[in-house]
Amino acid sequence: MNALKALFPFHGGLKTVRHKAESNQQPIQPSALPRRLTVPLRQHIGAIAKPLVQPGDPVLKGQMIGQADGYISAAIHAPTSGVVVAVESRPIPHPSGLPDLCVVIDSDGEDCWIDREPVDYRHRHPSELRNILRNAGVVGLGGAGFPSAVKLNLSGSDDLETLILNGAECEPWITCDDRLMRERAAGIVAGLRVMAHLLKPLDVLIGIEEDKPEAIAAMTEACAGTGYEVRPIPTRYPSGSVKQLVKLLTGKETPVEGLPVDVGVQCFNVATAYTVHRAIDHGEPVISRIVTVTGHVRRPGNIEALLGTSFAELVEQCGGYQEGVERLIMGGPMMGFALHSDEIPVTKAANCILAASAAELAPELPVMPCIRCGACVEACPADLLPQQLYWHARAREFDKAQAHHLLSCIECGCCSYVCPSHIPLVQYYRYAKNEIWAQEKEKQKAELARQRHQARLERLEREKQERETKLRQKAPAKTPLTPDPTGSNIP
Amino acid sequence: MRFKTVTSPHILQDASVGQVMRRVLYAMLPGIAALTWFFGWGILINLVLATTMALLAETALLAVRGKPIVLHLGDSSAVVTAWLLAVALPPLAPWWLTVIGVLSAIVVAKHLYGGLGYNPFNPAMVGYVVLLISFPREMSTWLIPHGVDQQHALTLLETLRVMFHDEWPARFTVDALTGATPLDVLRTRLGLGLTVTEIRNSPVFGIVAGQGWEWAALGFLLGGLWLVYTHAADWRIPVGMLSGLAVISSVFYLLDPLRYAPPWFHLWSGAAIFGAFFIATDPVTASTTPRGRLIYGAGIGILVYIIRGFGGYPDGVAFSVLLMNIAAPTIDLYTQPRVFGARRG
Repeated sequence: MNALKALFPFHGGLKTVRHKAESNQQPIQPSALPRRLTVPLRQHIGAIAKPLVQPGDPVLKGQMIGQADGYISAAIHAPTSGVVVAVESRPIPHPSGLPDLCVVIDSDGEDCWIDREPVDYRHRHPSELRNILRNAGVVGLGGAGFPSAVKLNLSGSDDLETLILNGAECEPWITCDDRLMRERAAGIVAGLRVMAHLLKPLDVLIGIEEDKPEAIAAMTEACAGTGYEVRPIPTRYPSGSVKQLVKLLTGKETPVEGLPVDVGVQCFNVATAYTVHRAIDHGEPVISRIVTVTGHVRRPGNIEALLGTSFAELVEQCGGYQEGVERLIMGGPMMGFALHSDEIPVTKAANCILAASAAELAPELPVMPCIRCGACVEACPADLLPQQLYWHARAREFDKAQAHHLLSCIECGCCSYVCPSHIPLVQYYRYAKNEIWAQEKEKQKAELARQRHQARLERLEREKQERETKLRQKAPAKTPLTPDPTGSNIP
Repeated sequence: MRFKTVTSPHILQDASVGQVMRRVLYAMLPGIAALTWFFGWGILINLVLATTMALLAETALLAVRGKPIVLHLGDSSAVVTAWLLAVALPPLAPWWLTVIGVLSAIVVAKHLYGGLGYNPFNPAMVGYVVLLISFPREMSTWLIPHGVDQQHALTLLETLRVMFHDEWPARFTVDALTGATPLDVLRTRLGLGLTVTEIRNSPVFGIVAGQGWEWAALGFLLGGLWLVYTHAADWRIPVGMLSGLAVISSVFYLLDPLRYAPPWFHLWSGAAIFGAFFIATDPVTASTTPRGRLIYGAGIGILVYIIRGFGGYPDGVAFSVLLMNIAAPTIDLYTQPRVFGARRG
């Protein structure tokens, strides 16, 4: 087979193991209705949704239970009908392992919907459509969970040149987007139409890695007559990373610390487009997502899981664990994070559950010193010098790490993957980034304190002068001084 | 169920430092075979002696420094150092020469600077230079290659006697067996006012460069190309070094072909090929940025020519490598690649 050549290749990247066939052979299964759902109120980037329900409240399927709070936020909905039993902190899938506010719903088994109102997007004002999407809880389903309504608003900037739909799915093992494109291409394209209506791009491109011929065929067929173009791209991790995909399809490089929109490109995941279609054309908010359950489970596959379903139940539906599972990974093996428990709910960002045994994982090898071989430089898609970043991060020379553009690191893991010394490079970069952000915060706090102190000194000086002036004016009357009523320290 | 939490990525390529180092050893085999063919048993004895000493020194130093011994011996880096040094030593070097060289390399240049990954200077070249400066006579006593005079081959036993007891077989005189290296011959005779063409008529020279030497260079070139092909060495360093040497030697050759040897002679002589693919490519002590590696290599190539042509030594790979080792951190600083999304220019 002739490997596809990219028109605008990005530097670095990897040919990784694929392991797609384990889970992409069977159609998406509907999830069994769980007895209890634990729905986190923060499933997106931005402010946590404000809870709208209390324990004891009955809820219907699709009813809003958390309201978007502020511009960068998204609504949360009840995935099925039932009764709210708790609104409290519960474990959520997050690398920190910290719990977050969740609405716990006991299902009544009826699965009874709210009234759903489809709208005709062509006759609605863009801001109204964005509001519908915001209230439907539409966020990026590729993993980041950024509220889509925000990205669909270009007010103030120029027209968009290119709208990109990301169907690359470059991480090994994950096949949820693959199955979605094969089975529901028409829905994805319908959602894409709404997005194109809002953004008015000159071109609409759909990037799909060439190892998904069925998905490419289905999407091409669904795009017939729309002018949207399906572009197969080489199978090379991390082609699905936004900046790399934009480069692959348009040749444009997103500026450091910038967004694709700065170069006239906006990019959404295929699954996000599908939820836009459900929200607009069916009036259904985001209450489920396709999750790949794969690895060391008995029947790997994709499940359309209600948000809030525990990972354990999904694994159960896939026949349970096989012997020897050591790690439970949410997301793919390159960027996903290991969970400490499977009693954790599915969120909008949960694209894959990988039950990994020693067979799937890299053995835990002893870390050797860096020999500066430069394999990481060859692999880095951000054109960084990972070996130098490591050196500086390790020595806590964060200023030098920043001078070597640490903050451009996308944590794709390519450097760690190829390192012959088995150094957990990405872990060092995460650590260094956190330290830098903490230092920035400290600096800001110190600056604020300094300003407040300065303001206080100035106020005290002013008040003193005012008193003295008053005193001088009133001196002949010889009245006693009144204490300063504004004598607090707050300026 | 509860699970272990480890950070991503959760999968790794099958690669290890030991694998990279062992590739270097395999790649040296053709060159070593050619050297052995032309210079006899001494080459192999040097290799065995150097390897044994290096492993002993490495083990002792790892133990002293409290490092996991089996793990670090498994990286094979000490063996690589030993081989690089052994190949550079004269084929009849007395045993203590090899021992001193290896100890300087492993103990001083490697472990006293922090061990694998931390040494600023190429350990094998430190060992070599220590010997070259301290024992110039022993270091310049090279065997006349086998190809020059078929009858003058020492047996294994005779070689061992020479190297360990300084007992030369009665049937030869030392002078009949040993001679100057081709680069040395070129250097001394140029000093006597002979032209390059006249000098190259001497039997120590072969088709392109030194008799016997040129075949070893071919062997190292083949191994080196394989090393580059398998990504165990970055192509930029040999390309940089050989281009640097080619350019500067061409300039001088064109200026005066009677006084300056042609570029192909320089590229094919002494340790140029071996140095370009095996010594300069030591990643720990080389520049680590893509552009930096070209500059680093070119710097070595130019210095090799300057030392050969105008310095006090017939060949200059070791000194050139050490000089560029010092420059590597600075080169790295000024040759950072353009980061994805950064403005061009």
